[in-house]
Amino acid sequence: MTTPILTLTIDGRPVSGLATETVLQVAGENGIAIPTLCFLDGLSATGACRLCMVEIEGSAKLHPACVTPIQEGMVVTTQSERLRSYRRAIVQLLFAERNHVCAVCVSNGHCELQDLARELGIDHIDFPGRYPALAVDASHSRFVLDHNRCVLCTRCVRVCAEIEGAHTWDVKNRGIRSQIVADLDTPWGTSTTCTGCGKCVHVCPTGALSEKGRSVAEMQKKRPALPYLVANRAEERR
Amino acid sequence: MPVNESTAPPADDTRWQLIDRVMQRLDRRPDALIETLHAAQDAFGYLDSTTLAHIASRLRLPPAKVFGVVTFYNHFRLKPKGEHTLAVCTGTACHLKGNDKMLAWLRDRYHLAPGDTSPDNRLSLVEVRCVGACALAPVFLPDGALVGKKSFGEATAIIEEWLGDAP
Ligand code: SF4
Ligand code: FES
Repeated sequence: MTTPILTLTIDGRPVSGLATETVLQVAGENGIAIPTLCFLDGLSATGACRLCMVEIEGSAKLHPACVTPIQEGMVVTTQSERLRSYRRAIVQLLFAERNHVCAVCVSNGHCELQDLARELGIDHIDFPGRYPALAVDASHSRFVLDHNRCVLCTRCVRVCAEIEGAHTWDVKNRGIRSQIVADLDTPWGTSTTCTGCGKCVHVCPTGALSEKGRSVAEMQKKRPALPYLVANRAEERR
Repeated sequence: MPVNESTAPPADDTRWQLIDRVMQRLDRRPDALIETLHAAQDAFGYLDSTTLAHIASRLRLPPAKVFGVVTFYNHFRLKPKGEHTLAVCTGTACHLKGNDKMLAWLRDRYHLAPGDTSPDNRLSLVEVRCVGACALAPVFLPDGALVGKKSFGEATAIIEEWLGDAP
């Protein structure tokens, strides 16, 4: 059985995609950019960050494009004043939640959070900062985890579980106290599930995960080619 | 599966057999986790890393996943409980009716954050999300007995008296 092809409208343009695709995928294939943060091609989509919210005609609520399957006749709007104000609020709340001090960050200039803020024209934060005093785990011989810079996108959790198969990372606690955790709250350096592959470091959108010995702005991430890794695991390619 | 702590439980402690039986009954399926955690907490009073490592390896679950589940639910404890437990409801109604102030006061007065137990093991503070008594907000439960609809001053006085700390 072949997957049916559906037609829809995104930002006034007639487009088409496979019935299994999401709004984000079809938009991307047609050169329509939707801001994302937690999404990473090759990993499962969780819809955690809500930056990819779009409007769909006939529905009052907003829909996260990364986890919304396309439908025949759908009319999608990816840019509007309303969406922009929500996206700006989300990015500002991320900044307010932890200690994102770009000027002293290893990822300054190569950070997806910073890029988003720039694209959305955010030059100040409307919300009072929480300035939590969070730990830095430098127990690993090659890598560092700085909770102060984490946006809880869970990319590291997913790449470790889904691609590396180690599942060293998960999220502990809930709500505002949520944090990334290794094994049983084990210092990263003594985790026995961690293979030291470094994939988590390279998918992390911010400076939360970095290589040791990097100074300000020196941490350039090499995104692993995840769709390639996924394809190589498929039965027929073995 | 490798875990940090030794996964072999002390053979002479029969409580482990009980927990193993629960896992066996559920075919050691990964979704037996919550029920196993309940059994382990009932048996030991709390869940330490040896217990969690053992459960993770028996159910073939990543330790991080187990830790995530344990810390997601307020019901599970990683440390022994104090002599007394004060539960403060932080559901929406109770939060709005002043339990945020209550938690701030407990932090100042007893140096406790939700989930903490005082160093002398006298008092554990836990946070609960809605006990289903929103009409009585703000609600708190000293050793499980529900107290509601008290002003901030009344509530703090009740707690101090309950703990024998009334000035
Ligand atoms: S450490 Fe990085 S990749 Fe992991 S959740 Fe935080 S921001 Fe995302
Ligand atoms: S990219 Fe869709 S919710 Fe984060």
